[in-house]
Amino acid sequence: MNHLDELEAESIYILREAYKKFGKLGMLWSIGKDSTVLMWLAKKAFYGYCPFPFIHVDTTYKIPQMIVYRDKIARELNLDLIVHTNEEAVKAGMGPDKGRLVCCRALKTDGLQQVVEKYEFEGLILGVRRDEEGSRSKERVFSERNKDYEWDYTNQPPELWDQFKTDFPKGNHIRVHPILHWNEIDVWEYILQENIPLIDLYFAKDGKRYRSLGCAPCTGTIESTASTVGEIIEELKHTKTSERAGRAQDQEDAYAMQKLRKDGYM
Amino acid sequence: MQCRSSVKTDICKEGYQMSENKETLKIVVVGHVDHGKSTVIGRLLYDTNSLPEGAIERVKRISKEKGKPFEYAYLLDAFEEEQKQGITIDTTQLQFFTKKRDYVIIDAPGHKEFLKNMISGAASAEAALLVIDAKEGIKEQSKRHGYILSLLGIQKVYVIVNKMDLIDYSEEKYHAIKEDFNIFLNTLQITPLDYIPISAFYGENIASYSHKMPWYKGKPILEAIDEIPKDKDISHKPLRFPIQDVYKFDSRRIIVGRIEAGTLKAGDEIQITPGNKTTRVKTIEAWTPKDQTDVAAAGQSVGITVADEFFNRRGEIISHRKDVPIISNRFRANIFWMGKTDLIMNKKYKIKLATAEVEAEVKSILKVIDASTLSGKEKALRVRINDVAEIIVETKEAVAFDEFRHSKATGRFVIVDGYDVAGGGIISRAEKAINLKGGFVKENYYLNSRIFEEYYYSVQDNSIKNVQTDNKLYYVGDEITTTGDTYVYPDSFDIIGIKDGMVVKIRNKIIEDILSLQDYTYNKLPLINARGFGIRVRNQEEFNQLIEERDDKTDNISKDVEFSNQWFSLNQYKHIKFSEDSVYIIEYNI
Repeated sequence: MNHLDELEAESIYILREAYKKFGKLGMLWSIGKDSTVLMWLAKKAFYGYCPFPFIHVDTTYKIPQMIVYRDKIARELNLDLIVHTNEEAVKAGMGPDKGRLVCCRALKTDGLQQVVEKYEFEGLILGVRRDEEGSRSKERVFSERNKDYEWDYTNQPPELWDQFKTDFPKGNHIRVHPILHWNEIDVWEYILQENIPLIDLYFAKDGKRYRSLGCAPCTGTIESTASTVGEIIEELKHTKTSERAGRAQDQEDAYAMQKLRKDGYM
Repeated sequence: MQCRSSVKTDICKEGYQMSENKETLKIVVVGHVDHGKSTVIGRLLYDTNSLPEGAIERVKRISKEKGKPFEYAYLLDAFEEEQKQGITIDTTQLQFFTKKRDYVIIDAPGHKEFLKNMISGAASAEAALLVIDAKEGIKEQSKRHGYILSLLGIQKVYVIVNKMDLIDYSEEKYHAIKEDFNIFLNTLQITPLDYIPISAFYGENIASYSHKMPWYKGKPILEAIDEIPKDKDISHKPLRFPIQDVYKFDSRRIIVGRIEAGTLKAGDEIQITPGNKTTRVKTIEAWTPKDQTDVAAAGQSVGITVADEFFNRRGEIISHRKDVPIISNRFRANIFWMGKTDLIMNKKYKIKLATAEVEAEVKSILKVIDASTLSGKEKALRVRINDVAEIIVETKEAVAFDEFRHSKATGRFVIVDGYDVAGGGIISRAEKAINLKGGFVKENYYLNSRIFEEYYYSVQDNSIKNVQTDNKLYYVGDEITTTGDTYVYPDSFDIIGIKDGMVVKIRNKIIEDILSLQDYTYNKLPLINARGFGIRVRNQEEFNQLIEERDDKTDNISKDVEFSNQWFSLNQYKHIKFSEDSVYIIEYNI
């Protein structure tokens, strides 16, 4: 088994545990590379079938090409896709001008909570990784959120020998992180190995590309000439910039992501 | 819902060379609070140039704001609470690489109150760095963490004597610590790979040799860890494939799970325990053509189809027929307790062992050990948080497992108390199964039966042993397996429970009826007793004689022997096979 096979085997094991344990299960698909890899892993785990719906929390501020791509893929793959927007907040004029963290909370955290509530999800599968940023580096594979969607990060349960947190009071839910142990280069090498289709925003055009995807007003491009997966991997092997450097919400405050994620952010 | 189609793309056609066989080693860094674990890791990341741009600047800024000297630990202690209090609360994992291989380095908290987080981090590691402060010397958590490492089966340990600068790089003091700690580690049967004197803060003996300690002839950390051997491949070991789930999305019935040890091939004869069913592997399933295979080995998450379709459930273990796991409802284990409330006897807990989940009670607490002093207390009544103990567990149903030293993944378990994983343990040995309810049932008729026992001659200790492989309850209408490893029964026969006065009628492998011996009429079909021995009855007259003598029989051993020798045939339907390994055999008195 090579390195990628080992990562894949562990991720498939986690996905199958989640499917076995949670009656109401959904997978967040943000159109980005990580959750697209997750979708691929799910197809492998369940032999081409996807026994749970995908969820996209649409802030209405996403990079427009993402929405076009999302709808195209959903049609082609006949995806069971739940698209949800916090309409009330959007109508009330919520946007990054109200403060980036305020906006993230309203359109992403609250939006996600509305979906969980509406569909009564017990488990949500997310493509977060430890190497992305500090608060994610401390995550568990099965991470509990209470009735108020809060993460009690200073008192996380033990997690050992792939025996995950599967017992919890009704009303709480579990965030499942099947690719928590992957790093950014692993994701790209896997995309290359498996030939996984991906949105072209990641590939350089006119000397620029996106390294991480999000909402248009808060997501920046990087200088790059990497126009193929192989070139991206080469570029990442030599960069010293962090992956989420182009994500404005992360830079708002030294503990911005911790604070957002404590309240239920993805 | 189905999403079988795949979107074609042309972005992946370039000739990028994947780094094949890139090896990864997971190392956990443990030790007492403030002995410098996070600093060691921070320094390793710094010296291997593994930090993203701005990380050092950010830490400088935070350190300055807090009026503290530069703190490498902030690189790992990401939580605000951790940085403000200067402690590691939760475990984290970071990656760096040397020329030889990739590393995942796991930071574990040193505070006693965060032991559960330390265990969460350490449980996935292959090797460990145990950090000791040269000035403070060996403290409570140095010992407790050492003990936990040995419990988790982590044998590859470097002891890092940190803060050598605070003792003026003294060789003498270093050797004193080394001798002291070796005594402790030896009682745990841990022989450290080596001791390394360092100063993490000043980078002495981290990436390169320290000129401050010319007396040290060993290697700096970065070179030393490259010498840690990887765990041996376990694909040649006996097959252990715990069933995780069974899927039926289409016409295929796919049994999925991860192969924990050994190798599985299409066509293999397999046994499924504790249900004791045997069948053959038909196919190994794959979604993409690239993944098609007829062989799968340890570490792989796979799905298989089998020749005979019968009810399988999560928690059963698939093995090859000649090397099955132990089946029992009792075992002895060494555990560590992380629960807020004490572990007590006769309370209902849930055990999660590989994919099995079963209700269990602690029947005996043989010994409780304070891991920081090794002082033990025999026959305790409870196990408190952060203590380790030796206990006997009794599960409600029979489970399949192994001793930890033979198979790690199927020899360890966690204990769930309410909603929480509160303890973990490794199985040191199987205990004789008792209170098991395997047998035949119809309403208020119940016959405890051992007709599915297997008989082996252990070459290792030259004795005959019998193994209870099936503890299921069978009901009228159920089908039974008439052929085992060491028995072959006819398709139709009657089981006479001589002592219990009950009869089970088997017709074409199906249980037709269960009735009282009084209501039974002899019908010339073969008779077998509740242990599977043939009964020497050929006609009605002999049957009547059997019943008569049975009624005469009192609880007298010698009469019992006489009766048995007269009426029972040990080898009519059963035979004895040679077995090389007695470890997987639970003894019964025949």
